[in-house]
Amino acid sequence: MAQFGLFIQQMVNGLSIGGVYGLSAIGYALIYSVFGFSNFVHGEFTMVGAFVALFTASSLNAPFAVSVLAGMAGAAITAVLVERVAYSPLQNRRAPSLYFFVSAMGMSILLQNLGIVTLGATFRTFPLKLPIETIRFGNISVGAIDILTFFLSICGVFLLEAILKYTRTGRAIRAVAYDSYAASLMGINISRTSMAVFLLAGLLAGLSGVLRGVSYTIYPTMGSIVIKIWVCAILGGLGSVSGAFVGGILLGVIETLVSGYISSSYRDVFTFVLLIAVLLIRPAGLMGKTVEEKA
Amino acid sequence: MSYWEGLAITAGINVIMVLGVTVLLGFTGLFTFGHAGFVAIGAYVSALASLKLGTPLPVSLLLGVLATVLCTLPIGFPTLRLKGEYFVVASLGVGEIIGRLIENFDSITGGARGLPGIPVKTDLWVTLAFVALCVWLVSNFRRSKYGRNCEAIRDNEMAASCIGINPFKYKMIALIISGALGGLGGGLLAHYVGLLSPSMFGIARSTDMTIMVIFGGLGSITGSVVATIILSILPEFLRFAAEWRLVFYGVAVIALMIVRPSGLFGNKELSFDFLKRLTRRPITGVRNSGNGESSDGQ
Repeated sequence: MAQFGLFIQQMVNGLSIGGVYGLSAIGYALIYSVFGFSNFVHGEFTMVGAFVALFTASSLNAPFAVSVLAGMAGAAITAVLVERVAYSPLQNRRAPSLYFFVSAMGMSILLQNLGIVTLGATFRTFPLKLPIETIRFGNISVGAIDILTFFLSICGVFLLEAILKYTRTGRAIRAVAYDSYAASLMGINISRTSMAVFLLAGLLAGLSGVLRGVSYTIYPTMGSIVIKIWVCAILGGLGSVSGAFVGGILLGVIETLVSGYISSSYRDVFTFVLLIAVLLIRPAGLMGKTVEEKA
Repeated sequence: MSYWEGLAITAGINVIMVLGVTVLLGFTGLFTFGHAGFVAIGAYVSALASLKLGTPLPVSLLLGVLATVLCTLPIGFPTLRLKGEYFVVASLGVGEIIGRLIENFDSITGGARGLPGIPVKTDLWVTLAFVALCVWLVSNFRRSKYGRNCEAIRDNEMAASCIGINPFKYKMIALIISGALGGLGGGLLAHYVGLLSPSMFGIARSTDMTIMVIFGGLGSITGSVVATIILSILPEFLRFAAEWRLVFYGVAVIALMIVRPSGLFGNKELSFDFLKRLTRRPITGVRNSGNGESSDGQ
């Protein structure tokens, strides 16, 4: 019976981590589904969000909700700036996605090291003043922040899908994702739509960064999690936002189970072996759309 | 060993490793983030051969290369069928898996504590000899049927397969050569630094090598060599700037993509033809088509 309890606790832990991954992966998948490249800088968006929230909370003594919103705003502004500086020049020239990818890598290196130089590489903790820290159901304990993260992830998915479906900007985004050239011919301002996409992705990234920073620690290279986010997005199917969320949950659960039952040092090995297996068996991921390559 | 010698050896070893990425990325179009894994295999196997078996340097290097090549086979079969984006992630995974495995088998490899005490046998002449050999081999490969087929696959895989080129076969050949070069570089690295640790072979290393190829220009051997030398030596000169170095590096990469994405040399090569043309005297009455053009390596 104790074994079962342990298993449930592991599952809960896995879902907690999965919620963090999922929230980060949603914004990432949005950019992929619209622009068709892996936005490596996404990790840095989360980092900026976490640091902005940290500073508003510690230096300005803002209440928690305000810090979260400030973090989201900071990340969103960063995202739009990155889009303007690093991506739109390439977009205007219809560069192949390889160039975007390399530009993203460069931006990631730049932001990470800018963070290290200006903020210092120390790990910081968020000054949290929540009344409830941990909730217990019998023998199972789960952090209040983890529940909040999971809940916000799901909200994020639904909100994003709603925006994409029911707002004008959302329709413009979907049009650009489908065929940017045709969309521009129909009078959609590609430039503005790109900024909108990055704004949305930045907001989500900021939120995930803040929550992750609160649950764990905040440091300039926390953006290196983007590789795991990439794996989540692929597991769930590149091009599907809800798939990325599912992929995030799945990754969190698998990681935790492997750590707990097999070995924590083999955890990353398992993750990548699983990834390769998924890519071989079902390359579109769990919920992705299979796209045939055109000549 | 003087400071400049050390710098030259480091640049030379980097060139050999980056040539491996050139074959895979520049010629065949396979973007890889796992090359450091091949380097690690070559490094550790050759180091262990020297340490445990006491073999001389050439034998150790050979064992390292053989081990790496053997590993490329089970890696290539599942991953080379994946397209584009997915191959990149798979290569990343492979690099990470190799790194973790090295960490975990610490009774043999020393794990995260490292593998010390490797005899330092790499010197400037050894390095230069291997660099010359590798550049010669790779340029021969490029001019051969194999190289042309790889470039065809890079340019348009579907069209290449339509005219009878088996993409998987040539991708596998490219991967094997890439692995061999990486393993050789790793072996030389091990016998130069004298100490190995898994942290030397992570994603950052793979990313650096890939960026060097892109800087130089995809598909250009000259470009890869020159870019690698520049990017190996430049950090030393910028040492005073400490952490800002990497910030500038990031800026440089972004600027490169915006201003000159084809890299320093595009896909052109420096060849003996070009040098001959510089010394050719113009025939009177006939206009020269202009000096200073580099010709394709044909």
